[in-house]
Amino acid sequence: MAEVHHIHNQDPNAGAEQRKAIWKTFWILLILTAVEFLIAFTVPHGLLKVTIFIVMTIVKAFYIVGEFMHLKHETKSLIWSILVPVIFVAWLILALLLEGNAIFDAVFD
Amino acid sequence: MAANVTTPGAIEPKMWMGGIEPMKASYGKLMMWFFLISDTFTFSALLVAYGTARFSFPAFSGKAEDFTFSNMYWPIPEKVYEAVPFLHGVTLPLVFVGIMTFILIASSVTMVLAVEAGHRMDRESVEKYMLWTILGGFTFLGCQAWEWSHFIHGTDTGSVMKVLQDGVWVNKTVFGANLTENQYGPPAFADFFFFITGFHGTHVFSGVILNILIFFRSATGFYDKRGSYEMVEKVGLYWHFVDLVWVFVFTFFYLV
Repeated sequence: MAEVHHIHNQDPNAGAEQRKAIWKTFWILLILTAVEFLIAFTVPHGLLKVTIFIVMTIVKAFYIVGEFMHLKHETKSLIWSILVPVIFVAWLILALLLEGNAIFDAVFD
Repeated sequence: MAANVTTPGAIEPKMWMGGIEPMKASYGKLMMWFFLISDTFTFSALLVAYGTARFSFPAFSGKAEDFTFSNMYWPIPEKVYEAVPFLHGVTLPLVFVGIMTFILIASSVTMVLAVEAGHRMDRESVEKYMLWTILGGFTFLGCQAWEWSHFIHGTDTGSVMKVLQDGVWVNKTVFGANLTENQYGPPAFADFFFFITGFHGTHVFSGVILNILIFFRSATGFYDKRGSYEMVEKVGLYWHFVDLVWVFVFTFFYLV
């Protein structure tokens, strides 16, 4: 039953390109987090700051899911199976933030 | 059906007819992906609840320098999380949680390097990188234990809160936080802190257990005998997901 195929790769350069991509992703994530810190203490609180943070978080999520979890290199049907539910979740978050705002208005205004 | 597929020329095989992998991923990998999607729903539910509660509470309206803890408004996170182990009394906002973020991202890198080594059937490298990943996981859990302990015990001076006791409003000095009292802000803030970081910590803990299992099985030559290191990849997906969730918790709980 089990298909046993030993692909013992003796070539030391095998996977070198992937390893390069992994470290590149690591530096991108590290720099993005460092920039987030910088923004946390320099930009005044407000909509602009929140927007910057959310955009940067999505960029980080893209690199983690796309490169580390390899989703970027999977088939289109798998990518969409994961992405579509997440889009609905994003809408739920937005909808309930607006709802929270409405509760605030009803109680405190 | 199956008989038709195996007869060449009888029926032209189609993408979703069965007998082929339309997503070009093994059963185990696909199920891990769909489990992670369901886990995403659970974590989103927690973050959605947090967002709703936060937006329905008044925010602190003055200048950040004038901020004091009160249960009348939501706290500014960088004023809450400013302690670092061994540096008692030093104000270092968000530094410790930044270190924790770095640890988790680094352990994600060692995990993906273990997966890459598994593709090459390089057992020694898999073992090495799994050990680094396990170390990263334990370090993160240790940091979180300290963070919780500090949050529960509170600051040296505590903060004075107006609380309702036996039907009367009284001023009371509150130290630290639990599910009903919170020196940093409204009790709901502490509740969400415990639930969200606690649920994430539980995931990190079970991830470390899985990583140890993977290390043990590769070290004893199980995957060499099987001829595939795909199990490393599946557990790797879970571990990266835990890292991903932390990225969101970091933004929505500590930064915004």
